[in-house]
This record gives sequence, C-alpha cells and structure tokens, in this order.
Amino acid sequence: MISNEVGYNSKVEGEVIVTKADAVINWIRKHSVWPMPMGLACCAIELMASAASRYDISRFGMEVMRFSPRQSDCMIVAGTVTYKMAEVVRRIYDQMGDPKWVVAMGACASTGGMYRSYAVMQGVDTIVPVDVYVSGCPPRPEALLDAMMKLQDKIGNESSVKNLRGKQETADLSV
Amino acid sequence: MSTLTTKEISVGDIGARAAVHSDNERMALNVGPSHPTTHGVLRLMMELDGDVITKCDPVLGYLHRGDEKIAENMTYNQFVPYTDRLDYLAPLANNVAYALTVENLAGIEVPERCQAIRVLVCEMARISSHLLGMGVFGMDAGAWTPFMYTFTEREKLYTLFEELTGARFTTSYTRIGGVARDIPDGWLPRVEKFCDQLPKAINEVEKLLTRNRIFLDRTEGIGAISKDQAIAYGLTGPNLRASGVDLDLRKDKPYSGYDQYEFDVPIGTKGDCYDRYLVRIEEVRQSILIIKQVIASFPGGPWYCEDAKKIFAPPKEKIMTSMEELIQNFMIVTEGPQVPPGEVYFEAENPKGALGFYLVSKGGGVPYRLKIRAPSFCNLSILEELVPGHMLSDITVILGSLDFVMGECDR
Amino acid sequence: MIDDDFVKSLLEKCSYLVLRHQEDCLTLDCPADSVVAFSKHLRDEETFDLLVDLTAVDHGETADTRFSVVLHFYSLIHRSYLRAHIACADNEAPEIPSISAVFPAANWHERETFDMFGIKFTNHPNLKRILMWDEYPYFPLRKDFPLAGIDVPLPAADVAEVTGADVDPAPMMGGPFVSSGNGRMSDAEPRAKDESWTEDSIKGS
Repeated sequence: MISNEVGYNSKVEGEVIVTKADAVINWIRKHSVWPMPMGLACCAIELMASAASRYDISRFGMEVMRFSPRQSDCMIVAGTVTYKMAEVVRRIYDQMGDPKWVVAMGACASTGGMYRSYAVMQGVDTIVPVDVYVSGCPPRPEALLDAMMKLQDKIGNESSVKNLRGKQETADLSV
Repeated sequence: MSTLTTKEISVGDIGARAAVHSDNERMALNVGPSHPTTHGVLRLMMELDGDVITKCDPVLGYLHRGDEKIAENMTYNQFVPYTDRLDYLAPLANNVAYALTVENLAGIEVPERCQAIRVLVCEMARISSHLLGMGVFGMDAGAWTPFMYTFTEREKLYTLFEELTGARFTTSYTRIGGVARDIPDGWLPRVEKFCDQLPKAINEVEKLLTRNRIFLDRTEGIGAISKDQAIAYGLTGPNLRASGVDLDLRKDKPYSGYDQYEFDVPIGTKGDCYDRYLVRIEEVRQSILIIKQVIASFPGGPWYCEDAKKIFAPPKEKIMTSMEELIQNFMIVTEGPQVPPGEVYFEAENPKGALGFYLVSKGGGVPYRLKIRAPSFCNLSILEELVPGHMLSDITVILGSLDFVMGECDR
Repeated sequence: MIDDDFVKSLLEKCSYLVLRHQEDCLTLDCPADSVVAFSKHLRDEETFDLLVDLTAVDHGETADTRFSVVLHFYSLIHRSYLRAHIACADNEAPEIPSISAVFPAANWHERETFDMFGIKFTNHPNLKRILMWDEYPYFPLRKDFPLAGIDVPLPAADVAEVTGADVDPAPMMGGPFVSSGNGRMSDAEPRAKDESWTEDSIKGS
C-alpha cells in the first residue's frame, strides 16, 4: 500500500517538501474537520461533553462546531432522526460544501436504536451517506473521538486530487 | 403591541429558507429545527416587524419517537430505559418518577434505604440538569466560559453516576420495587466530597454572570411571566416558582421520604429570565443541602421491596440456587411485574418541572395506557403569548431561561 | 382538604357529575356538554386552577364508549389532584368541547390528543397536528394502529425523490415480544404480538 504520509528530514532536504498532492491535501483536511453538530437528542449531550474540557475535541482541531452547514466539513448526526426531521437533515446535508462526511453517532442515528416505532427513521443512512457509525446509547465521548480518528484515517486514504477535478462521488442512495 | 392586520404569512414547510418579505413589510422568519439556540429540535415560525416579533408559532414533533405507544408494548421494567431519554439531562429523576408511579398503582412501598438512594440520585440529577441549563443559558447570552465550568462539574457527577449505575447518563437505574443495585462501598464519601467542592464552582459561575452588566441587560425584564399567566398555561417547576407561585411537589406532596429533610424553596418575584436564572442557581445550593442531610442520615436495611414477590426480581444468588426464586424471576422477566388493574396519576418534582405519569392498567405486566405529562411541553405552550413584543435577540434568552428539553416535550 | 364534605358539596353543586372512585385522587365522570361549565366552576369556585394534564384513553374497538378524555386538575389550596373522565359519544368521529378558553394550558394538550387519537375539540382556536406532520393520515395511539406504523410517503417529496426514502413500518421481526400474562405458565413465554410479518416477509405480502 502506498503511504500518503509526509516524511522528510529538513536537514537533508531543506525546507522544501516534495510529496504527493493527495498527502498534503488529506493531511490538511483531516486535521481540521469542522463538525456540523446535528444534535437532535441525548447524543448531543455527549457531543457537547466531548467538546468540553475533559474530552477536549479541540485536540483534533474539531472544536469549531458551527451550526452553519456552509462552514463545516462533517455532519455528526447525534440523536434520533424522526421522519418529520428527515427532510431537515437532508437539506442541511445538501447545503454543506464538498468535501463532506457524515458520522452517525449513536444507535438511533445508525439504525433507529431501541425506537422501533411509527415515527422514527430506522437509521439516517436512508437519506444521507454515512461514513462512520458509532455504536452506543449514548456513545461515550471516547467512542466519539475514536470514531473521529477513524474518520481521519478514512480521509487520509481518499484520492482527493481525482475528486477535485470532477464531482465528488457520493454513495448510491437508491439502495 | 401592534395587531396583525393582513393575511397570514406562511413560510411553508421549507426548512432552510431564511426570510420572505411581504408587502406590508412584515418579515417571516423561521428559526429552524436545527439551530443552536433552540436547545434541541424546536422550530419557531415567527413574524417580525423590523426587529420586534409580532407573532410566534412554535412547531414541535421533530423528536416524537412514539414513547407512549411503545409503553403499551413493553413490560414495566422494559420501559425504564425509555424514561431515561425523556429529560435526558436528568435521567435518574425520570426513572424515579416512573418507578414511583407504578409502585403507587401496585400498592407497594419501598424501604427507607431505597427511598434515601432515590432522593440522593434525584437531587444529583437536579444539580446536573441545572448546571447544564445555566451553562447553556450563559452561552445563549454570549458568555462561553460558564459553559466550560459547569461542564467540568457535570463530568464529576458523571463519574459518580457511572460508579453507581454503570452509565454516565441514561442510567436506567430504578426498577419497580427498588433500584437496580445497592450503592457501592465508598461512594457516599465521594458524593460528599463532590458536594463540598461544588459551592466554589457555583460561586465562580455566579461571579461571571449574576452581577454582570451585559447579562443583566440581556435578561432583566425580558420574558416576564405573571403569576396568573404561569398558572393558566400550566407551567411548573422553576419557571412557575420564578413567577412567584409557591408550588414545589417535594414540599406540598412529599414522596420518597422528602419530608424528612429541611430545605428552602426559592421563589422569584418578577418572573423574568433573570429570576428564573436566580431560582435555578439557588436550587442547586439547596440540593447540596439535601444531599448532605441524606448522607448524614443514610439508613441501612434492604434496598428493594422484599415483599413484592411478583414485582421485584429476587437477588441473583437466590435465583441461581433456589427453585422458587428461579420461577419468580422467570415470571417477572417474561410477563413483567404484575400490577393490579386501575389507574393512577403521579407527579414528581423534576428539575424541569412536574413530570407526571398517568397509568391505566388492566392487570398483567404491560400497561394499557401510559401518558407522560412532560413539563417542557407545558412550559413551551406559553411561547405563543410570551414572545410577541420582544426583539429577535431576546428569543435566545427566553428559550434558554425556560430550560426545556425536546426529548420530553415531544416524547 | 378533599374530604367527604368537599366531595358531597361538589356533587351537589354540579349535579351532572358522578363519583367514580377515590383511590389515588378524587375521580369523577363528567358528561361532554358540561365540561366547559365544570372546568369554569373548578377554576373559579373550587381553586383547582392548574390544569395539569389532558389526555385520552382508547378502550378498544369493541368497547361501548371507545374514547374517553381524561383531565387532571391540581389545587394549590387543597394540595391535591382531581381527575375527570369525559366519555366521547361517537366512536367513529369523537368530539367534545374544548376547554382552552378556560384553561389556556389545554390548547396544546388538546392538539396532541387530536393528533394521537383523532378526537376533535370544538371551538379550539387552532386544531392542527402537533407531534406528527400535518399530512399524516393516521392517529397513532389508537389501538388498531400498529406500533411499527403504516406505509406513507415521506413528508418531503423532494427528499424522497432524491434518496428514495419512505416512511416504512419499522422492522419488528414479528412484533414486540411480550407475554400474554394469562393462561398456563408453559404458555407464558414472550410471543410476538404481531406474527404476520418479519423483515423477510413484509406485511401485506
């Protein structure tokens, strides 16, 4: 597997890095993922706790939780998505600019959780393509941070240059 | 306050549209369900005249999960996790309220140790909920630091809850007839230590907010609810008490042994946002007093109702070794705690207000109808009358001061 | 204090009331056409000025009166609750007068009861759905409505077009597993309440 890591020794090579464009772009993207907290229910409280001082999501550059989709990279769907709310979630996803990722936090966002009822959408992946699923009800902040690190790994392995030229591939939603 | 003259301006159901200008210069603004100030998924469809709000129509239901229908299909103990997720800032208090409702109908009384445990966790949940409420209220008014301070204290509470119940929040701790497990060794001194250092943290938050000129300007006189209005709209909890009505179910209809403890109930005078903030801060201090009293007089004895043979499962050692307890456990798990037919209504003083459960049972282990009387639902109903006349930036402060949770509002 | 004298005097003043029981709180039966007058009397004369809850109970499709609306009042003076059951006359299209003019708190509660049960409240200022979306065709808390829900199109047509999403019945894998509670112990194993469909063979197929 070709590594996208940036590796150089400044004493040997000087202050100029020669590397792949992908490596640099992915490195920049993954270390400043700005989440759009779609905080719907109880998982939002754990999301807030992970942004607070004990589990400091700021270590990863992700403390900028702006509620504006235009300024964010990753939508963290935290909480139960009901059919009434589904439209809003999808619209906000559409308003986010490329590149964008989605993290389904918690059991309710992943599969509907313990709410098997008439009003709850059984998983947000019905309407948006999800990159990382986090299990837990609610997931501990450590679990969320682990998920964000997995997302960082996923971003690190993307072929960003190819996507820059054309439209970003999205998952096949008709399945 | 100007009256509406022309046709209804409707934004339609398009969530992201920011504003639509109409011909008589009223602007329709949709503070959509995904918004940081709405504390969850509340949608406000408002009409503005410049900066002044003339009409406010809250739209709920974005978190309606069908809890009441689910309750008709679950046994009483199976429903306890759903009660956690009602007011998810103080899950233990919801658990206790639900357990007390079913126990009232079943006619069983839990022993003193269990009552003391329940009072203890209810007050800790109250502290947790008010800390978050006030931290986020400060954030709504523009102050970021109190949020960080209160969250640090809440993390200490979470550690205590995790030691007791296994989960940070969403604890599902109570069972019908008792609690899930007894308190671990050394837990009470840790709670006491937490209570000893908490007043210092509250003082820090108060130093930042209570006499802060900006905070006072933003909250004093805003969102004033009169006594009659509060009663007419069914408000309960700190919102009602800030308007000057002395209604605290822990004093008026004491449950779970609350009458043994001495504490004061803060009552406000003007019913504005500042009063609601002050009432909550003082309630935290009173909760610390109650916790100290509970720990000082903590009784021994059983932590579950030993007489409730068809309701509370016997301890694990007995189940594994004795036939009768094995069958008892089997019946309780599969059929559910057997509750006699009848109806009951019970309200507990939750941090958000009075959380009530109306339970209709036709016998057996599954409820026939469970209505959850959510305090946030009733607290929010006043918005239509309260908000018009205020300016747009007052919305965040009013919503923050009402301290509601959409999880219990929509159920 | 809610003692026997109070109950007697209340039943005398409002002769249309019938005492149901007094197990956990005073519970009365009130006919639908007197409910506004009764609530006014409670608020003005008897100090029950806090409307705590307004809900309904569906007694099943085979019951004589299928729907009854249940009101809970609280008095700060007496420090107790009062419950009133109001039977809805019509089982198909139940309707009772609204008390939102007397108790503004009833406004949203009545909307929710309408949303969940389909009980209409006459003279209500704004009887719309409150928890489900406006175009939802069913009343979820009725006993004939399944927990999993019924197939309806997603409320937002354009989102449904792009994503192909639909309001599908939740996968119950046969239904919630609860025991019937009656009969022999060997039959007391939890059974699926609705055994007609699973994830593989969907309902109606």
